[in-house]
Amino acid sequence: MSDAREEILDRVRSALAGTTASPEPVASPPGVAAGPDTLDVFCERVADYRAVVERCSPDEVAARVTAALPEGDVVVPEGLSVEVPGARVDDGLSATDLDAVAAVVTDCRVAVAETGTIVLDHGLGQGRRAISLVPDVHVCVVRADQVVPDVPDALALLDAGRPQTWVSGPSATSDIELDRVEGVHGPRTLHVVVVETAGG
Amino acid sequence: MSRTFVGMPAFPEAARAALGDTRLRHNLAHATGTIRAKRARVVEEVDGWEDLRVAGAAVKDRALHGLDEHLLTLERTLTEAGATVHWARDAAEACAVVARVAKDHDAREVVKVKSMATQEIGLEEALAAEGVAAWETDLAELIVQLGEDLPSHILVPAIHKGRAEIREIFLRRMAAAGRPAPDDLTDEPAVLAAAAREHLREKFLRARVAVSGANFAVAETGTLVVVESEGNGRMCLTLPEVLVSVVGIEKVVPTWAELDPLLRLLPRSSTGERMNPYTSSWSGVTPGDGPQEVHVVLLDNGRTRALADEVGRQALRCIRCSACLNVCPVYERVGGHAYGSVYPGPIGAILNPLLHGPGDPRDDALPYASSLCGACFEVCPVRIDIPEVLVHLRTQVVDAHRDDPVPKPEALAMRGTGWAFGDASRLGLAEKASGLAGRVLGRLGRSALPGGRRAAGRLPGPGAAWTGARDLPAPPAESFRDWWARTDGGRTEEDRLEEGRAGEGPAVRGRTEADDEPGGAR
Ligand code: SF4
Repeated sequence: MSDAREEILDRVRSALAGTTASPEPVASPPGVAAGPDTLDVFCERVADYRAVVERCSPDEVAARVTAALPEGDVVVPEGLSVEVPGARVDDGLSATDLDAVAAVVTDCRVAVAETGTIVLDHGLGQGRRAISLVPDVHVCVVRADQVVPDVPDALALLDAGRPQTWVSGPSATSDIELDRVEGVHGPRTLHVVVVETAGG
Repeated sequence: MSRTFVGMPAFPEAARAALGDTRLRHNLAHATGTIRAKRARVVEEVDGWEDLRVAGAAVKDRALHGLDEHLLTLERTLTEAGATVHWARDAAEACAVVARVAKDHDAREVVKVKSMATQEIGLEEALAAEGVAAWETDLAELIVQLGEDLPSHILVPAIHKGRAEIREIFLRRMAAAGRPAPDDLTDEPAVLAAAAREHLREKFLRARVAVSGANFAVAETGTLVVVESEGNGRMCLTLPEVLVSVVGIEKVVPTWAELDPLLRLLPRSSTGERMNPYTSSWSGVTPGDGPQEVHVVLLDNGRTRALADEVGRQALRCIRCSACLNVCPVYERVGGHAYGSVYPGPIGAILNPLLHGPGDPRDDALPYASSLCGACFEVCPVRIDIPEVLVHLRTQVVDAHRDDPVPKPEALAMRGTGWAFGDASRLGLAEKASGLAGRVLGRLGRSALPGGRRAAGRLPGPGAAWTGARDLPAPPAESFRDWWARTDGGRTEEDRLEEGRAGEGPAVRGRTEADDEPGGAR
């Protein structure tokens, strides 16, 4: 395959003969600016995707999360910010084990108001990618101070070296006569609990 | 269908074929019209959309103009992150890499995320020849695969299938491929989607090897990005032990921060959403999370040929959003199969000839499949001037055939096209003629396309040259212009179709180009 490598690189170089590339990264136009309504926009836009979204204070969050859970087993990642009574902490469950679990609760890394997106980087409190994928209900806890206005703000905070999952609403398809159907393979229910601290 | 023709056989067969065509035309018009309207709404809400387009084009140009350096950087960062990098000059080399990885793991099957790169290289067939089954996991691709059909649209590949047909396919074919469809399967979309979920989940849970494409490959960080809707992409990228991603070399983005304009442009242009449901990114191997053996195949397969064309190279900026298909009057009428390629529509009309070079009769005709109306350029999120490239390629085709003893049919076709499009009333007449022909050919056509649709062998008049090289789906009985006039540019028809959807939120959430291809993980 090293022949292929050399040949492709040669072809690229001869195709580009006489062309110069800009050495500087392209600066994107700025995103939406932060404002007093950033959190409102986030909640509206999450709801637009037909996800469930609710806001609460820090001392209500555990009860809200518990109320959002369906019947059945619940898995949580290590280091989750909320206590979930009876939940099993992931210790490397197989995909088949996870398939028998009804719900997962995770924190997130950052959230984007403009697009109604939560981003997991699968660190502490978020867990391996598989645990927030296989169960049918995903409850995600978002702290108000994790919500940034737009996509460039999120990219600046994220570490590309970590695996990431950007989630905007529940899984969906419109492949059958363009009829929108929630949930093909990902969690069919996305429940976002936004925790507002005093003054913010 | 009020008119009848003397001598026309009125067989139920023929009637069914004609109805099938009506559905296809309806589906395509509905799909493109709905997505167009959604796109327009979410694009309008972005201040400075034009600046974003300029930035998106600049990022891709910067990547392409320094491609050799960025590819070397990407190879290094991927390797440092624990991935194995392969280089493939052509489809055969790329397929061989994937087959070898599957065989190294004794895998008789792999799960696949929709990816235009893997379709382009014919991976499924190549793996089948090696005794490895490649399961499509995207709902539309599953429908197409089980139905032994071909995709017709980048974003909604099964748009030519109605729900009753899909139910039939599931009932007949699922059992042979794995978990059968339930006996009480109805044709409700939600019920059909649930059957697909069950059928595929079994495969996700047992698959050991997955194959994907990528929408973007960040050189600086060795990160691949897959944009999708359904979650089948996440399944493939997360659960199997081994992951092979086939990535066209033009997917490179120099830095992580430069993903920004592209991630803001793609979903709004593609499915008309502020953001697609799922975007996954990964850099090589993450210990304890996801596949522990990661391969990346960097694919040329004609891309360097396109890169060498100074006018045409802009086509490599394409992020496979499919916006240009949805605004194209030619695409809306002929559908995706007529382009004879996995890349249909305006982008296909320039990309296929650029990747393959002049000489192939199918490709040589493609630059003529356009009225040069410019709508594709207006919506393209990375500002590819498709009309400019079309004109440029026409010149190449003519030059390549200058010494032919007999004029190339396309040269004549071009004169015909110019004649018809040069005058609105003549275009109307030409369309009436082909609509009439559509009604006749739709009933009499002897050949059938893979989807079971009637194929019109040849168009009459100047169009004959273009259709000579391919099966053209029977033209709709109602022309685009007639339809436009009747429905006030689609507004009255779409209003009707949208009724009953109000309050349901976004009506369309198809895949976003996933993969590299929209589709990739779509
Ligand atoms: S060429 Fe077409 S598919 Fe490609 S980015 Fe432009 S509009 Fe989208």
